[in-house]
Amino acid sequence: MSPVLDVRDVSVRIRVPSGHHVQAVDRVSFSVEPGETLAIVGESGCGKTMLAMAVLGLLPSGGEITNGEVLLDGEDLRTATPSRLRDIRGRTIGAVFQEPMAALDPVLTIGRQIAEVIQRHEGLSKDAARGRALELMSLVGIPDPASRIDQYPHQFSGGMAQRVVIAMAIACRPRVLLADEPTTALDVTIQAAVLRVIDSLKHQLDMAVVLITHDLGVVADVADRVMVMYAGRVVEEADVLDTFAAPQHQYTRGLMGAIRHPTRTPPRSRLTEIPGMVPTLLAPAQACAFAPRCPLADDRCRAELPLLGPIRDHHAVACFHPGVPA
Amino acid sequence: MTHDPIDIGAPSTTAVPEAVLEIVDLEMHYSVGGGVLGKRSVVRAVDGVSLTLRRGETGALVGESGSGKSTVGKCIIRLVEPTSGRVSFLGRDTTHLSRHALRPLRRDMHVVFQDPYLSLNPRMTIGQIVAGPLVHNGLLRRGDRRAQVGELLDRVGLRPELQDRYPHSLSGGQRQRVAIARALSCRPALLVADEPISALDASVQASTLNLLLELQAEMGFACLFITHDLSAAEFMADWIAVMYLGRIVEIGSREQIFGQPRHPYTQALLSAVPYPDPVIQRTRRAIVIVGDPPSPIDPPSGCRFHTRCPIAIDRCSEVEPELVDPADAGHLARCHLVGPQGEPPVVPVGQPRQHAWGDRT
Repeated sequence: MSPVLDVRDVSVRIRVPSGHHVQAVDRVSFSVEPGETLAIVGESGCGKTMLAMAVLGLLPSGGEITNGEVLLDGEDLRTATPSRLRDIRGRTIGAVFQEPMAALDPVLTIGRQIAEVIQRHEGLSKDAARGRALELMSLVGIPDPASRIDQYPHQFSGGMAQRVVIAMAIACRPRVLLADEPTTALDVTIQAAVLRVIDSLKHQLDMAVVLITHDLGVVADVADRVMVMYAGRVVEEADVLDTFAAPQHQYTRGLMGAIRHPTRTPPRSRLTEIPGMVPTLLAPAQACAFAPRCPLADDRCRAELPLLGPIRDHHAVACFHPGVPA
Repeated sequence: MTHDPIDIGAPSTTAVPEAVLEIVDLEMHYSVGGGVLGKRSVVRAVDGVSLTLRRGETGALVGESGSGKSTVGKCIIRLVEPTSGRVSFLGRDTTHLSRHALRPLRRDMHVVFQDPYLSLNPRMTIGQIVAGPLVHNGLLRRGDRRAQVGELLDRVGLRPELQDRYPHSLSGGQRQRVAIARALSCRPALLVADEPISALDASVQASTLNLLLELQAEMGFACLFITHDLSAAEFMADWIAVMYLGRIVEIGSREQIFGQPRHPYTQALLSAVPYPDPVIQRTRRAIVIVGDPPSPIDPPSGCRFHTRCPIAIDRCSEVEPELVDPADAGHLARCHLVGPQGEPPVVPVGQPRQHAWGDRT
């Protein structure tokens, strides 16, 4: 199957208020196929959100893509006009972010907001769009849509508001759903339900899902494939089973070691730490950015940039010393 | 006696009673709404909560948003004055003490909040922030602030030179260490930790929990750990109280709560946390509960969980169950359907996900 979203060698540079530049994303490539969920994981500052914004053409002011291409069904979004991009967002790529309330207009009813997306992109009449909005609300599991459609965002809980945002994102049956920390602000019982909604829509609509998260439990729950980012670069990419069972990059191994496993991690035992801190890159990397924190780093790691290369089918790593330390 | 806050040893208060903290029937009701046309209504944020925290012990208050867990914490450190009930701290009733009367006790109770970006004064240096409690309590050795603060920073794994910097130049994990250094500078008998790791990345969470455990082993403070994160509660706490809409619905030891949860809500909560292993997570049969938590302004009649409970019977909406300990084992639950010997009710589970990952490998 051919990928619907194909990101090739994308770099993003951000000008920070002090005047200098930060290399937020450094030559990142990934692709997703219809019906597949790719999880992009990494800690704060690893560039995962900037990568998403670059794909959506929504980089903050001072941010620019300096390299590479973003291909959506073969069309390069970097060269698309702003009006073409607006058309693509909402129709071909749906987006969901962490704070549902920030994505909704507080003075418009839920029904108007969903219908507006449909009217703008599909030219439906007001009545037809309202009918579709009702269908979408039940599709994402909002109980009693007929009475809730005329309510305002403040009358919705966080979990229900996030469902509204998802309904808007999928209103035009997009080919790609890009979800950046969609359940991070939600309670755990609500998170489970929202993840179910995204997963079942993926199957029903044959969407490609790009899920950005820092939560490895969420990854274990819904991802097919996992891409791990560190300091703006992809350090490892593998299917979800391999990522958890046989992580190769020492950073991925560190992340896996640091998480607590209910009933398995002995209470009050010492957890594995990753020493040191995440660096901020000011320029494209010339060496392995993880080397200062890596137990296996040698002179080569500090002098040469490891490139992402396959170590077996569906598993690639950017490391000179992958695997279990000897 | 000179008081050295760095020394390893017993907490600053001598003759600490067995119970550091005792809460009886705590209620905190807020009045909301009003105005010209609006009707005022009462949010029963905390409604009859009782618990005891012993010396050196760690207890966890677990619940989702609106459960009232943070409000309990605020009543304990008296950021708010409870509506009714009693809070005893080190054997003294602090429920309605004035600010002035509370001051000597403040040295022995400190708090760490979720967001180290908001809880540290951005206009103060790290040194001033950490030294704050020492200054207030007259524990600062004259002309020796730098050395004292430096030792504290070193103890929480930060370079002593950081004391001249401002919070904005630190990472989230470093700020939380500053908050911990400040909270523990006077070696309190009680640390209230309200979601102390929720805003931190996984690897930083691990090092922060390691630090809290080390410091607790060294200083012996009791810790009330308030969190929505069940795995953190399981990892840290000797006992766990699960809250729902202002009430404790279940309380017991770590082994009891995680080994044999009784209340359907506890069971659902444990079941909803995704297990960080795809093989286990996708073959688990999870309990599915529907709907959102109701508003604490108008909690449901009877058992407050009955509107979302998959096994609720008529009685659940009519009579509120008591928090009882049928087997007398220190494991209490508030549910009509728990058996006479404490047998947990069987809550139906959904199908395992058994996701198709095989086609890729």
